[in-house]
Amino acid sequence: MQASTHAIPHPHVHEEHHEEAGFWSKYVFSTDHKVIGIQYGFTALCFLFFGFCLMLVMRWQIAHPGQPVPLVGPLLETLLGNMAAKGIVSNDLYNSFGAMHGTIMVFLAIVPLAFGAFGNYLVPLQIGAPDMAFPRVNMASYQFYVLGGVIMFFSFFIPGGAAQAGWTSYPPLAVAIPTDGQTFWLAGMVLLITSSLLGAVNFIATVIQLRAPGMTWMRLPFFVWAQFVTGFLLLLAFPPLEAAGVLQLMDKVAHTSFFLPTGLAVGGNLANVSGGGNPLLWQHLFWFLAHPEVYVLILPAMGIVSEIIANNTRKPLWGYKSLVYAVLTLGFLSFIVWAHHMYLTGMGTKIATFFQTTTMIISIPSVIILSCLFISLWGGSIRFNTPMLFVMAFLPMFGIGGLTGLPLGFSYSDIHLHDTYYVIAHFHYIVAPGTIFALFAGIYFWFPKATGRMMSEFWGQVHFWASLIFMNLIFQPMFAQGMAGMLRRMADGGANYSTAKVPDAIGGLSPHMMGLHTYILWAAVGLAFAQIPFIFNFFWSIHHGKPAGSDNPWNSTTLEWQTPTPPPHGNFATVPHVYRGPYEYSVPGHATDFTPQNQPD
Amino acid sequence: MDIPYTVEARPDTGLYNAKVGIWLFLASEVMLFGALFSTYILLRVGAPEGFWPHGWLNIPVGTVNTLVLITSSITTVMAWASLKMNQFGRFKFFHACTLCLALTFVGIKSYEYHDKFMHYEITLKDGRIADGHLVKRTADQVVISGHYVEDRKELFDLRAGGPPHEHTEITIPQAQIKKMENYGPWHTTYLAIYFTLTGLHALHVIGGAIVIGFLWGPGSKLWKTDPDRFTNRIEISGLFWHFVDLVWIFLFPVLYLL
Ligand code: HEM
Ligand SMILES: [Cu+2]
Repeated sequence: MQASTHAIPHPHVHEEHHEEAGFWSKYVFSTDHKVIGIQYGFTALCFLFFGFCLMLVMRWQIAHPGQPVPLVGPLLETLLGNMAAKGIVSNDLYNSFGAMHGTIMVFLAIVPLAFGAFGNYLVPLQIGAPDMAFPRVNMASYQFYVLGGVIMFFSFFIPGGAAQAGWTSYPPLAVAIPTDGQTFWLAGMVLLITSSLLGAVNFIATVIQLRAPGMTWMRLPFFVWAQFVTGFLLLLAFPPLEAAGVLQLMDKVAHTSFFLPTGLAVGGNLANVSGGGNPLLWQHLFWFLAHPEVYVLILPAMGIVSEIIANNTRKPLWGYKSLVYAVLTLGFLSFIVWAHHMYLTGMGTKIATFFQTTTMIISIPSVIILSCLFISLWGGSIRFNTPMLFVMAFLPMFGIGGLTGLPLGFSYSDIHLHDTYYVIAHFHYIVAPGTIFALFAGIYFWFPKATGRMMSEFWGQVHFWASLIFMNLIFQPMFAQGMAGMLRRMADGGANYSTAKVPDAIGGLSPHMMGLHTYILWAAVGLAFAQIPFIFNFFWSIHHGKPAGSDNPWNSTTLEWQTPTPPPHGNFATVPHVYRGPYEYSVPGHATDFTPQNQPD
Repeated sequence: MDIPYTVEARPDTGLYNAKVGIWLFLASEVMLFGALFSTYILLRVGAPEGFWPHGWLNIPVGTVNTLVLITSSITTVMAWASLKMNQFGRFKFFHACTLCLALTFVGIKSYEYHDKFMHYEITLKDGRIADGHLVKRTADQVVISGHYVEDRKELFDLRAGGPPHEHTEITIPQAQIKKMENYGPWHTTYLAIYFTLTGLHALHVIGGAIVIGFLWGPGSKLWKTDPDRFTNRIEISGLFWHFVDLVWIFLFPVLYLL
């Protein structure tokens, strides 16, 4: 171990030493950032799938309210009992699936995949470090995540089922629901937050301390910058939610009244609480986290996209510096826009004015980033492989998501749109065909580094085109439904407010709007089928894919490709030296069209 | 390759890894307690006129505890400085003091908690309110050492200089009691935030004490093999300890004095 900082005299001895490590210490209790990254990735993909299944059941319920769920109905009844009597999704179950779909997707799927998996695997490699700064803390971070996930998952099976008050868990409702699901949710969240904090400390310290010689700040790949800023968002935005979680837990368990106002009535009776609390306080603390959290969902995706664009256009990113400054600005501003989620709470127009202003200002760096990425395509000889296709789709999809955010950012238009399917469509465009596409792109792109084999290009393209079509078929109609006034979180999909039920109600939902539910249901089923090629491709290619042929099959410049494949424990045989920026593609006069960062002049 | 800068400082940042880590961690802690202090402010400004408690905590006891923590911060620095001067025995002595002081703090805090849990507010069926410490409780009566008030508001301002009240032993038949509740976190939002803030702080004290205890006991073997790394660990745990101390310096005036 000691020797390796000098000249590694006996590399073979080292390798054998690691081969001997047992299964448990190698794959389960590993402190190697790459193993932890893959653990994160695998667990997160499982949760992604699980969250998706919850959504399919919900989609059935709102398209066909009160009818038994086909295929899985009996299973639901066996597992969940009364909540799914006769295979029919009860209102309580619908609420619980909705709350848990959101929670799982955000905190157990996307963030762990984008930050925990990609960040862990790539950041140390890209900065030329042997590992994370604190490998054991890294392992602990993963373990807290699993523990939080287990608690969340287990809560489905307790009496009364999982949390039912939405992923936002607004009190007093969240506290007043008489089951224990919310308590589990809060306990799970405290663990997940702890996990994120440990991860964030580790990422930031790693980037500050472990950059290889010559890897100056302005030579960092943009992916590292994105993860670095994400780390700060997690570090500083999560603790207030942890505090809020503790307070709500106190309300739930110790019967305090942090969020319960004086005179609160539950079920028509005066609640037996001291009162004096403030429900808006929860919303402030929650959104103080949750707005930065949406940037946690998107920044790593932007990082992935940048790497793949530079690599597949074979030219430097356009405006690297603007990108860096924009992402720093974005990170900072994301802390002062949170109350744009609360225009309709009665917090007052003066406060709303402030938050409208900051919300409009924060769209500027977002637009800068997207523009830089678009302009980077200009004049490139683009290689349209699977990762690049996903990335090319990311750009307009994120664009749609971002632009539809602007009407939400003004309180006067938000009055109409708040809490409708329009909001659902807005953020799903960003997260689903946006972030998830970027994550898919990343998986296809870095798969050969982790396994030494390529994923099938043909099935990759099938996966891409089918996903792109079904994603849009799912989310596009929701804009229309939302503008027609369809509210979110209704267990009957709005049937109670339809003109079918109340024919002459002004603003009732037309049969056409209600009918869209059926289309969306089948598009969602289609999206499920579209993932089958991916799942098979993924597992099949691990052992049977086309060999990558070299350590650097995409002819990339960044350091992770300049290691053996897969990178060994400790990553680099000797300390790499960095001589140039991250995107030296097609340098005139150079023999190849890429110049790795560690290649001397 | 080994992870660099675990002990020696990186030249351009001037810090070793764990020091960067602990500062980042403390930044997140600032946000955690910051959110709780904000909660305190919001609850307080939202309370109806006259219903935010004053003088419910014992200032001399709180002052003693403040001094205890400040002293422990000093002994922590002394412990670290002793290592820097290569005096392991002195280190052992000073950190033993730190540990004792930490335990003293927790002890005093538990005494204060106990006091609150024994303190009852009893609403009688005739509308009067009895308030005081529980002396005895049987199946058919409750004995407290306290006093009666007509208006609940009288219970909220107990600052010195307010209207005097005498503590006598009061016996109340169970049949007359409408509601009996002790001064736990459920009693008022003030006590809710008091218990949450000090409880979370106490958890930090206990966590810090466990780490310091480990480094004082079994962990100190590292001194023989890798003194620099050991000294760094003492520095890191010390930084955490100062932070815990600092939080209390804010908590004390906010909860006891204002
Ligand atoms: C770039 C400009 C953006 C603007 C102006 C914007 C604005 C808004 C506003 C005002 C709302 C609240 C709507 C309401 O509840 O009535 C909202 C909701 C939401 N946004 Fe955005 N947003 C932007 C980008 C993003 C990004 C990048 C993400 C995530 C990756 C995102 C995710 C969300 C989520 C998850 C919600 C809904 C939260 C909920 O109520 O459950 N937004 N957005
Ligand atoms: Cu927001």
